Amino acid sequence: MELSDRDLVLVAALCDGLPLSPRPYAALGTAIGMDEAEVLDRIAAMAANGVIRRLGIVVRHRELGYRANAMVVWDIPDGEVDAAGRRLGDCPEVTLCYRRPRRPPDWPYNLFTMIHGRGRTEVEAAIALIAERTGTAGFRHEALFPVRRFKQCGARYGLRAAAE
Amino acid sequence: MPILDSIDRRLLSEFQRDLPLEPRPYAAMADRLGIGEAEVIARLARLSGQGVVSRVGPVFAANRAGCSTLAAMAVPPERLEEVACLINAYPQVNHNYERSHHFNLWFVVAAPRRDEVDAVLDDIRDRTGIEVLDLPLVADYHIDLGFDLQWN
Repeated sequence: MELSDRDLVLVAALCDGLPLSPRPYAALGTAIGMDEAEVLDRIAAMAANGVIRRLGIVVRHRELGYRANAMVVWDIPDGEVDAAGRRLGDCPEVTLCYRRPRRPPDWPYNLFTMIHGRGRTEVEAAIALIAERTGTAGFRHEALFPVRRFKQCGARYGLRAAAE
Repeated sequence: MPILDSIDRRLLSEFQRDLPLEPRPYAAMADRLGIGEAEVIARLARLSGQGVVSRVGPVFAANRAGCSTLAAMAVPPERLEEVACLINAYPQVNHNYERSHHFNLWFVVAAPRRDEVDAVLDDIRDRTGIEVLDLPLVADYHIDLGFDLQWN
């Protein structure tokens, strides 16, 4: 689905989240020249067609004690990666599961999963269990643990210039 | 980690998705929690201030509302802070982590269009003299239901 310029203006306004005031959709709309009903309708349409994955409270894992977010990368044969990706993506411990291109010779991995836990030991145990359960233990994989967080904020999408 | 009472915990666990699409969503949440609308708003403001809540709103699908990519660099350890700082300064960069690997710097670049993403990656290559792996999304296998918080 193509987003209209009006949708993109709304998307840009939504990147910082909704105002914490009694009528947040109305308040957000006022800033970009839309009434409350139009804001609600456009958000509902984007949620229905998958542009919006979910609408709600976005938590910061680290501040809640989930300090070990391993990015586990897998080298899965091209013919099997969709099936393996779906099995891994269904695991409750997995919070992201994407296929991405290999970049040989430096980068052989084509499947990326994010697995959150409170500590490295707990996450390493979870990775081993997940690999066993999803039949992916035999494929080459590596866990990349965070050392330092230099930046984390919401992605900036949409048409900001048109809104201002 | 901040101290959270049982209402905070329910707020964080039960409203990561399906935020009510109605004029007064915080009032609808308040009804479910058995508290007042003003208290929901005050709690969300406090949790935001404490850094526990990033925001209340939509999570966009990567490459649907705009264009994004995951980028990785193998930065010599003595240059890591300098390069991370340079990357942080781009408004298009929304995550930037050091990770335990030869490719030790991982960041996400998001923009309305792909050519703007490419321009940022090229600029970073030029300014640092270090190759940047561009790893755009090919397929998404996870349905995002929010994060399953375990309170123990």
